[in-house]
Amino acid sequence: MHDELAISVRGLRKSYGGNPAVAGVDLDVRRGEVFALLGPNGAGKTTTVEILEGYRQRDDGTVRVLGSDPADPAPDWRSRVGIVLQGTGEFDELTVAEVVHHFAGFYAGADDPDKVIERVGLAGKARARTHTLSGGQKRRLDVALGIIGRPELLFLDEPTTGFDPEARREFWELIRDLSAAGTTIVLTTHYLDEAETLADRVGVISSGRVIEVATPAQLGNRQDAQATVSWRTPDGTAQSAQSATPTALVAELAARFGGEVPGLTVTRPTLEDIYLRMIGHR
Amino acid sequence: MSTTLKPAAPTTTTAPRRPGPLALAARQGRLEIRQFLRSRESVVFTMGFPIIMILIFAAIFDDEIGPGVSYTQYFITGMIATGLMTVSFQNLGIWIPIERDRGVLKRLRGTPMPKWVYFAGKVIMVVAIGIAETALLLAVSVALFDLELPGTAAKWFTFAWVSVLGVTACTLCGIAISSLARTARSGSAVVTPVALVLQFISGVFFVFTSLPSWMQQVAALFPLKWMCQGLRSVFLPDAFGTQEPGGSFELGRVALVLAAWCVIGLLLCLGTFRWTTRRDG
Repeated sequence: MHDELAISVRGLRKSYGGNPAVAGVDLDVRRGEVFALLGPNGAGKTTTVEILEGYRQRDDGTVRVLGSDPADPAPDWRSRVGIVLQGTGEFDELTVAEVVHHFAGFYAGADDPDKVIERVGLAGKARARTHTLSGGQKRRLDVALGIIGRPELLFLDEPTTGFDPEARREFWELIRDLSAAGTTIVLTTHYLDEAETLADRVGVISSGRVIEVATPAQLGNRQDAQATVSWRTPDGTAQSAQSATPTALVAELAARFGGEVPGLTVTRPTLEDIYLRMIGHR
Repeated sequence: MSTTLKPAAPTTTTAPRRPGPLALAARQGRLEIRQFLRSRESVVFTMGFPIIMILIFAAIFDDEIGPGVSYTQYFITGMIATGLMTVSFQNLGIWIPIERDRGVLKRLRGTPMPKWVYFAGKVIMVVAIGIAETALLLAVSVALFDLELPGTAAKWFTFAWVSVLGVTACTLCGIAISSLARTARSGSAVVTPVALVLQFISGVFFVFTSLPSWMQQVAALFPLKWMCQGLRSVFLPDAFGTQEPGGSFELGRVALVLAAWCVIGLLLCLGTFRWTTRRDG
């Protein structure tokens, strides 16, 4: 038993009409960690995640999710996995409270529906019909349905699409709470800051393959990347230099300027810079 | 004075147990009925359509088609059958694609809900709405068009089994045909022509025996014709049976064909049902 692994994937393959969408993915997600899957549209993120969730059949490879093969899971497997699908769902003429209460009935160990509604920030909309919700509110409803069964493992496929900045911050808090309570979380996202804030580790997927897995700070050898030191010369022109030893450079500048260096900044490449380089953009 | 602090009551976090299978199905059924009643168009269309049709046709045609049998009475039995088909076949064939398109099915599939509970919910909804609709239709027909309710227990029994078998067959076929629709909008495009054609060739709008014989033979392959025929045996005089194509109401054959469609529908459902849309893989 690989009890410390929530997810273990080896050689996962899936093609649609001869086009490989997933071309040999290897992936391990440890219990209790927040794992972010990054990658451009069409890289195979959603296909991979939906195979892990048991929605799609794989062509090849081995997959273990909470000890089960999602294609043929153990009886209680579905109640241990929470899913927030990509895109929003709509329950038409039912209210938020009705839908969440109804879904709670599917789980033996369901959370208190009203508390969950409050937790995702929909308390004010509990009695609203789901089709009247905004995109971001529908997303929150999806999150509520994903966590109502108090899952051990939660999949979130682009969860914050359509959220305003404040809603995203609240959502991040929720994810941190869930993670602190021991929930393993697998997240796909387009937002690099989201991955950086939330994830213990990130995996970058491109053209159906995982090209690197690392902590956000270490991805693409980011921690060793050269720093960029920028400043202004006395006549006001901007200057910058790449340096492996930025501290020394700053000390030298300080000596040269006899104290304060005008407009001084020292930056390392952002996660976004590293990511874009990895997936082949400039 | 010393006060002894009572220990706080142990917070028993008794995990609420999941309802048993029957309770799950009942919950699902309640939810479906609530949803149906809240969508005003489906209530008006499903419940009101057969009644409006009867009022229109009764106003146009008032001749007798057999001794003691008015066209209106003949037409009412056809409309009861049509109503049962509308509430099951059309209702599900149109609504399930919409639910599939909106991700309701995919979300349910991601929960521990047993798959059959979804279908049980639909069946409960269809049966409840079907009973309500038929009762309304009968009330209007008895009040306005001198329709006589079945006088014997045997006729009520026939009414019951023809309705149950017919609704079962139509429900299963409705679920099966729902997988043909690629999008939410195409559901009614797929189902409505099928239902309309069946109504025309199965003896709902016209007296069945007045249809061309090839049309009768085509209609005899599908359930609606047999539902109509079975219901005529309940509501029309026994003597009218001699005017049926087989020379009698052929209740044995009615049961056989409807049962066969239940089996066909079930096999189609099991083989073709999709929880996700096509573009969803």
